[in-house]
Amino acid sequence: MDRRKSLKILTFGSLGTGVWLEACKTEDQKSIKPKGPVAAKPVKLPPGMMKEEVDELKKVESETFFNSHEMKTITVLGDIIIPKDGISGSASEAGVPAFIEFIVKDKPENKLPMRGGLQWLDQQSLRRYQNVFINCTATQQIELVDAIAYPQKAAPEMKPGVSFFSLMRNLTASGFYTTPMGYKDVGYKGNTPNAWNGVPDDVLKQYGLAYSAKELKECVSYPESK
Amino acid sequence: MGDLQVKEQPKKYDAVIIGSGAGGGMAAYVLANAGLKVCLLEAGPYYDPAVDSDQLKPAWESPRRGASTKYRPFGDFDGCYWGWEIDGEPYTQTPGSNWKWWRARMLGGRTNHWGRISLRFGPKDFKHKDIDGLGENWPIGYEDVKPYYDKIDRLLGLFGTVENIPNEPDGIFLPPPKPRLHELFIKRAATGIGIPVIPSRLSILTKQINKQRGQCFFCAQCNRSCKVYADFSSSSCLVIPAVATGNVDLFTNVMAREIMTNKEGLATGVSYVNKEDLQEYQVHGRVVILGASACESARLLLNSKSQRHPNGLANSSDVVGKYLHDSTGADMGGIIPELFDRKRYNEDGVGGMHVYTPWWLDNKKLDFPRGYHIEYGGGFGMPVYGFYWGIENLNGKFKVKGKKKEAGGYGASLKEDYRYFFGANVGMAGRGETIARADNYCEIDPNTVDKYGIPVLRFHTKYSEYEIKQAKHMKETFAEILHAMKAEITWGGDDGPENDYGLHAPGEIIHEAGTIRMGNNPKTSALNKFAQAHDCKNLFNVDGGQFVSQADKNITWTILALSMRTSEYIVDQLKKNNI
Repeated sequence: MDRRKSLKILTFGSLGTGVWLEACKTEDQKSIKPKGPVAAKPVKLPPGMMKEEVDELKKVESETFFNSHEMKTITVLGDIIIPKDGISGSASEAGVPAFIEFIVKDKPENKLPMRGGLQWLDQQSLRRYQNVFINCTATQQIELVDAIAYPQKAAPEMKPGVSFFSLMRNLTASGFYTTPMGYKDVGYKGNTPNAWNGVPDDVLKQYGLAYSAKELKECVSYPESK
Repeated sequence: MGDLQVKEQPKKYDAVIIGSGAGGGMAAYVLANAGLKVCLLEAGPYYDPAVDSDQLKPAWESPRRGASTKYRPFGDFDGCYWGWEIDGEPYTQTPGSNWKWWRARMLGGRTNHWGRISLRFGPKDFKHKDIDGLGENWPIGYEDVKPYYDKIDRLLGLFGTVENIPNEPDGIFLPPPKPRLHELFIKRAATGIGIPVIPSRLSILTKQINKQRGQCFFCAQCNRSCKVYADFSSSSCLVIPAVATGNVDLFTNVMAREIMTNKEGLATGVSYVNKEDLQEYQVHGRVVILGASACESARLLLNSKSQRHPNGLANSSDVVGKYLHDSTGADMGGIIPELFDRKRYNEDGVGGMHVYTPWWLDNKKLDFPRGYHIEYGGGFGMPVYGFYWGIENLNGKFKVKGKKKEAGGYGASLKEDYRYFFGANVGMAGRGETIARADNYCEIDPNTVDKYGIPVLRFHTKYSEYEIKQAKHMKETFAEILHAMKAEITWGGDDGPENDYGLHAPGEIIHEAGTIRMGNNPKTSALNKFAQAHDCKNLFNVDGGQFVSQADKNITWTILALSMRTSEYIVDQLKKNNI
């Protein structure tokens, strides 16, 4: 297979799952119906997905878990955890709240900790500021977040909030750094066809490293692409 | 669905092969190319990496951003259908047993996502009982398998370097990729304390070897399977070419129930259920070849009882299901402060490590009998679900840009931390040899069937002091290497005697083998040295079942070599009308 054909194959398989699910909606029922064993042919499903996976995904996507108040709270908290800064945008700009809605349904073990944690947060807010969290002032919100954002110095009675906030921080990071904005933010350069010729020279020099004569002789090297 | 009549396939085949992974795929390839008519049964759906791989998809193309599901335990993009559990297909354990059973259900089996680590067994690995008195010797030696290793090296391709290490035979290698930055750190540190680090040996094409397959373009995603067939998968490199000969009828989504035998005790074919219409079928062949995986193949034999084979087919020795063993495994990870805030560039490389450590010590001087090799990871991985999960356990431990911070946090300061730590991780995994023992086994659970009504396996496995001490040694070695490279241990550093030093549960390394072992003595083995059943001369095994032991070498390359050897023997025997 030559390089041109290789690249052609690569361009074709990049349709996202969502697009495929959409395209398959009307005809997925009549897909798998061979009469007894026949020489196998690919069945009509999104490429690389099992029927069971497609069914599961449809089920998860048809469910709504968080109510609108919870979604608003998740949005406010997410943007406190990952705000816009000089390098990239905020969690909500990257679509993190919708991701959290999805992943909590997809990993249902997070449902209770998230719902309970959001309740705990509102209860604390009401007690301290006579308002649910999203209706507090920015100063009040940060004051409460400061009480739960640092596991090692948080007061013992804040521990339920600490667990919730750590989960929220981890889910927010997972939602944010897995978007084009997040990839750009951390400077991820991979996931593209290339010819690996080793660590760049300036980087080797920076760490006082060099490839050995044996490595230079034995390892593959490719002409630099233009 | 009222009538339960069995439908017989009218065509009689030269061979019926069960399973399309490394063993079954190779058998189909060799037999089809020899002009024999083959029926290949696969329990999962059709899968062609060129069409079905998720290669080059960024995280956001998965609604769960690459997170795992029960359908994809290694993540949403991983090229393997199913894994630790399958809906409607349970397995059970005796009290105290904790076997983990990975089952792939797809064309090509788990070779679509495997690690491509392609190591030859060495001369000692076939005859290790002669060295330490443990386990059993193989009925064959390295010299019997070497010609087949050579052939598959040429046919399928792998990279590596000639090192002349006595028990790590060199192959016919393509050139390896240069080490990545963290791999240079590992190499410098490990070799400095006497632990060798050499180029890895992976079946990935750094150069093109034929017109059907492309050259690696370094996306680090071999686990998703390769759209240009630049790494070895049974689907892309064996089954699809075998079907193209016109000599293979491939049936997917069919679950083998039983191997049928006649009055003389010879195999006549396979009965199976079609998962799509739930009807029963039978297909006949001159030989039956089992390549369903070590445990599934044992299950099939044990479920194939008849008057001539009352203890299950090919089981007069009572060894089928016994000697079940996996590689040992223990892991540790760290972070290299010297690599904080490192320069960004694409360091994907191939899908897997560019360097590894082969076994380097003498067991006579150690308190455990067999060796292990070390696999390495690290660097700029693609951000997916779980990206720096638990940063609250990391960001309080190190100064970030010269500033000590309180663990946890939020805001612009937290964003700075993710950038600062990205790409500074390193991980290592030991994979070692277990002693195969009769009292580690799988058997038919008399009380449980799967959703097709097929009796399921019950496992009975337990590790001994040998494996636990080996895991302890792995952990000590990893800590030494991490220390020597000035890395801080971030996970896997707290294991001790209370949890067997982090030794993985048996099965978790997914190298199960030994359940239908070969040998010269029909009383202590199920197969002869050609993996032909002692009790049934037209029945063969080509997966991990036939293995007497498995060294500390990932078994796929040896499954391929042995399957090719057995398949050529079958062609010869069929031509001579001996079977």
